[in-house]
Amino acid sequence: MLELALKGTKRYYGWVTGLLLVAGIGVVFWLWQLQFGLGITGMSRSVSWGFYIAQFTFLVGVAAGGLMVVLPYYLHNYKAFGRITILGEFLAISALVMCLLFIMVDLGQPNRMLNVLFYPTPHSMLFWDMIVLNGYLFLNIIVGWNVLEAERNNVPPPKWLKPFIYLSIPWAVGIHTVTAYLYCGLPGRGFWMTAILAPRFLASAFAAGPAFLVLLCMLIRKVTRFDPGKEQIQTLGKIITYAIIINVFFFLCEVFVAMYSQIPEHMDHLTYLFAGLHGHDTLVPFMWAAQLLMVTAILLLINPNARKNEPVLAVACVMVFIGTWLDKGLGMISGGFVPDPLHHVIEYTPTIPELIITAGVWAVGFLVLTALFKIAIGVKEEVMGEMG
Amino acid sequence: MESSSRRRFLKVAGISALGAGSIGAKPVLNAFAATGGGHGEEKPVIKMVPNKDSLMGTRWAMVIDTRKLTSAGDLEPMIEACHKVHNVPEMENKNHEIKWIWEEEFKHAFPGKINRYIEDEAVSHKPFLVLCNHCENPPCVQACPTKATFQREDGIVMMDFHRCIGCRFCMAACPFGARSFNFRDPRPFIEEAELNKKFPTRCKGVVEKCNFCAERLAVGQMPACVEASKGAMTFGDLDDPESEVRKLIRENFTIRRKQNLGTMPSVYYIV
Ligand code: SF4
Ligand code: SF4
Repeated sequence: MLELALKGTKRYYGWVTGLLLVAGIGVVFWLWQLQFGLGITGMSRSVSWGFYIAQFTFLVGVAAGGLMVVLPYYLHNYKAFGRITILGEFLAISALVMCLLFIMVDLGQPNRMLNVLFYPTPHSMLFWDMIVLNGYLFLNIIVGWNVLEAERNNVPPPKWLKPFIYLSIPWAVGIHTVTAYLYCGLPGRGFWMTAILAPRFLASAFAAGPAFLVLLCMLIRKVTRFDPGKEQIQTLGKIITYAIIINVFFFLCEVFVAMYSQIPEHMDHLTYLFAGLHGHDTLVPFMWAAQLLMVTAILLLINPNARKNEPVLAVACVMVFIGTWLDKGLGMISGGFVPDPLHHVIEYTPTIPELIITAGVWAVGFLVLTALFKIAIGVKEEVMGEMG
Repeated sequence: MESSSRRRFLKVAGISALGAGSIGAKPVLNAFAATGGGHGEEKPVIKMVPNKDSLMGTRWAMVIDTRKLTSAGDLEPMIEACHKVHNVPEMENKNHEIKWIWEEEFKHAFPGKINRYIEDEAVSHKPFLVLCNHCENPPCVQACPTKATFQREDGIVMMDFHRCIGCRFCMAACPFGARSFNFRDPRPFIEEAELNKKFPTRCKGVVEKCNFCAERLAVGQMPACVEASKGAMTFGDLDDPESEVRKLIRENFTIRRKQNLGTMPSVYYIV
């Protein structure tokens, strides 16, 4: 099936070339980072994780979000999603590729990466994260590829695939839970030390992943002969509505606990993010924008008439995606490091090279996504052609 | 590059061992090689093989008498002694700063213990020495995915600079800000004349921190800061009831940093 990714229209080649270019520039800057060290980023002794790890965290969510199409189809026999499960799985694959790349560009000594395997350390959450992420990648490749191949050949998917499919459902929950455990088990970091971190991650994942999928479905309908379907998009819309409401609710629970208890270790981070601390307030507008976007999206989505209007739904999905990205991809990591454990307020802003490398990784992810979606849609079009 | 720096490291270990007398050579090498070694390593617990001069203990700890240290000038010699003997570079960019032992005001060293009525008194601007606490229950060791950060059986929390992948998970895990990351090659920032050839320099992309002068204990010397402190800092074995540190803890009121987190720091402050 791979050949389907190789032939396409001029527009397709143009898009792929563009992505290759961005990825290529990213690689050049990454080589510079390898040569100089992580000092070309904005990270510091106090804020020792920055943009890379934040993107990683957000994208684990996008990957887990694929669950929202797989689960209704396989566990609830919701037939309509049969058309688009493959899109959910392929989205997960490309998100995971980005996750692994973000971890890699964040390492100080990437050439020693395999030490994690040579010296397996079960008491380290990073060890488990590596296992669940690679496992989930593997599961999605196996399941996605075989289901699609079966569809192409007009046969039901092989029986041996079933256990993998069922396994992939709790596994999706697992990847984001373990990713939350990276943060919420650290004794000196009050912002992350909350049992609700994993549930909160999952809620935002189940909003952001499907929101992105809705936008992709609309795009696919526009540029290809394959229509993912009105019903499918609407059902995703409902899922997003629930998830984003739960996400904001969880956040408000956090705010209450921190602000009402007034324990400084918990409160100071929120104060920093939403009001600024000791005159440091770079993130304040972004954090308010995130909340504003998510709340506006809720207001749009909660009204069935508005939600059924596809352009409105599209706007709401963009808001959900950007809102959750700001919330998690920007505030969640920095917020945990500022103030630092000694209560110094040292802010973090990514540098230009750091942003370029980040863009490069996103470009690679989009390349993978483009190729995989091209293949999936190619198969769908073939099958449609045979039937029509 | 990696293998040559490792060789240099081993050579350095060998040299310091030679300094300790002929029988010393092998044991010190063993102490380092136990974790720096090949991938086939089986036992994660670091077996210590002492040489005849080694200072041995089962629970190393430090007591800092802050009554004797009242100004930044009083702390300077200790900081300098440590940073010099361990080839800690002087970075020009504050973000890239590397420090093993440094001074903090009371409110930063003991953030949970702020009391604004003490603040007005002498305490508020008095500098406190802070360093890695060599926690008995160290979250940094728990977090490290490669065991590059490990705990020896004498309680010292050590770094294997050759195994560290630079993920910085340990930095997120340490509640005391004790760890520094080499954001760039540190070697150009160590003055040639100051270089201590008996201790390894680090490469970019790895984490480092205070090692309780494990390399000095191995040859029978006290930690560099303790030696430079003119009696304000004391080092010894908590498991030995007759030790100087136990005596000080018995006879004085001491506090430790962020005790409520349960990491059980081994650095005590007499206040
Ligand atoms: S002070 Fe920090 S680096 Fe040192 S042992 Fe404790 S947790 Fe680890
Ligand atoms: S940076 Fe090095 S020492 Fe720290 S957790 Fe990662 S591998 Fe371990």
